[in-house]
Amino acid sequence: MSDTTRKPDVLVIDYGVGNHRSVTNALERLGYSYAVSHKKEDIQKARAYILPGVGAFEEAMLNLKKRDIIEVLRREVVEKKKPLLGICLGMQVLAEDSIEGGLHQGLGFIPGHVVRIPAASVRVPHVGWNELMVYRSEPLFASVPKGARFYFDHSFYFQTEKEYIAAACSYGEEITAAVQKDNIYGVQFHPEKSQTSGLRLLRAFMEHTKN
Amino acid sequence: MLSKRIIASLIVKDGIVVQSVGFKKYLPIGSPEIAVEFLNQWGADEIVVVDIEASRENRTLDLGLLARLADKSMVPLTVGGGINSVETIRQLIRMGADKVVINRAAIEHPELIHEAARIFGNQCVVVSIDAKEVGEGRYEAFTDSGRTGTGKDPVEVARSCAAQGAGEIFIRSIDRDGSKKGFDTELIRRVSEAVDIPVVAAGGCGHPQHIADAFQNGHADAVAVGNSFHFTEHSVTIAKAFLKSDFPIRLDTYATYAHTTFDDAGRLAKQDDAVLEKLRFEYHPKEVI
Repeated sequence: MSDTTRKPDVLVIDYGVGNHRSVTNALERLGYSYAVSHKKEDIQKARAYILPGVGAFEEAMLNLKKRDIIEVLRREVVEKKKPLLGICLGMQVLAEDSIEGGLHQGLGFIPGHVVRIPAASVRVPHVGWNELMVYRSEPLFASVPKGARFYFDHSFYFQTEKEYIAAACSYGEEITAAVQKDNIYGVQFHPEKSQTSGLRLLRAFMEHTKN
Repeated sequence: MLSKRIIASLIVKDGIVVQSVGFKKYLPIGSPEIAVEFLNQWGADEIVVVDIEASRENRTLDLGLLARLADKSMVPLTVGGGINSVETIRQLIRMGADKVVINRAAIEHPELIHEAARIFGNQCVVVSIDAKEVGEGRYEAFTDSGRTGTGKDPVEVARSCAAQGAGEIFIRSIDRDGSKKGFDTELIRRVSEAVDIPVVAAGGCGHPQHIADAFQNGHADAVAVGNSFHFTEHSVTIAKAFLKSDFPIRLDTYATYAHTTFDDAGRLAKQDDAVLEKLRFEYHPKEVI
């Protein structure tokens, strides 16, 4: 539950795509306080962000524009370095652009492009529980046991430089599973729907935001 | 490597979970909330809830019930029944559905698949096809819980739904539903070979070996099991333990049932007396994350 007397631990940005319920439900299970909003003043006040998202890239960017929150997010996250975790589509919009449904510009918080998973040898969308190859375990994967599986459900993925890839999974070829640049994090899978492994990851992010 | 998914399927009628036999007989099981809570703990990879009366009554699954189920499920929740517009999909997603499964509307208004995929992404749109064998090696797709024939080959339906932007195909055999005779691997294989999106086999599971057959002979990417998961403690975990050595399976529950054996009915076989005597019963407190 949101506590009005105290600043919530995290702001879940509600921009009309997908269900933020499962994210807030997971936060509640872990015992963190949160607020859900898309208002500029709330974004300014918050100390950390979760950007969820299920849907199509174009719709997501359109909704962020309609709510006029791109600039305030850029200021708080890129300039003031407040931590942000993008989930699934919320991770993809961090990229420079995406080819989903035509070429669309993204937020450009992390260099890279969203491209379609090559369907040469695998079925697309990539649906189900996959194992990760973790390249940077701090901070997100520090308490996730080796061989843990996470739930993926996507047709496009974030193609970026090796230095920004925190984890990848194998699906036909290597697919980016998590990105990380300074205070900005993104996961392609759904930690809020990945049982205890996912909860561990969310807790790691939340604990990290307190530093 | 991507795991083969073991999906628990719940059929809801009058607000309670029922066991379905051949789409004709329905036997009551119990509360959906409790079913979701258990299946979630027993390691189901996904939970599908379908309200089989919703379509006829021109409504969807009760949104209040959906919200309560979503709060109990830490795995993806797919919801079906009575979905006929983008607006109904939006409501279900807002109340906690991760994906929706469309049956009748997918056949009657295929443009809904296209529209929903454009807005919510194709990973969100699952099409369920109910099929019956109507002649030697000939199948027909049915709607309305198996009451209305469409005159169409399920393979053709699957192909056109995939072209419209569906993200997954559920293929359910009406003949095998509730029969415990195993999945119709011929039907599943035909659909699986026709499309390049994931295919989920449903209808007829009565033994973990049937799941193995659906993967091996039906080339399914996942199976949906209803009835046979309802009546045994840790049913999902036990099925996964059976499959673990031959397929990539996610098995991370406390009880792993490693080193167990199975009897002909797929139930756990009794261990040797010597093993049982050595067993220690310990209390495991709830895991701290």
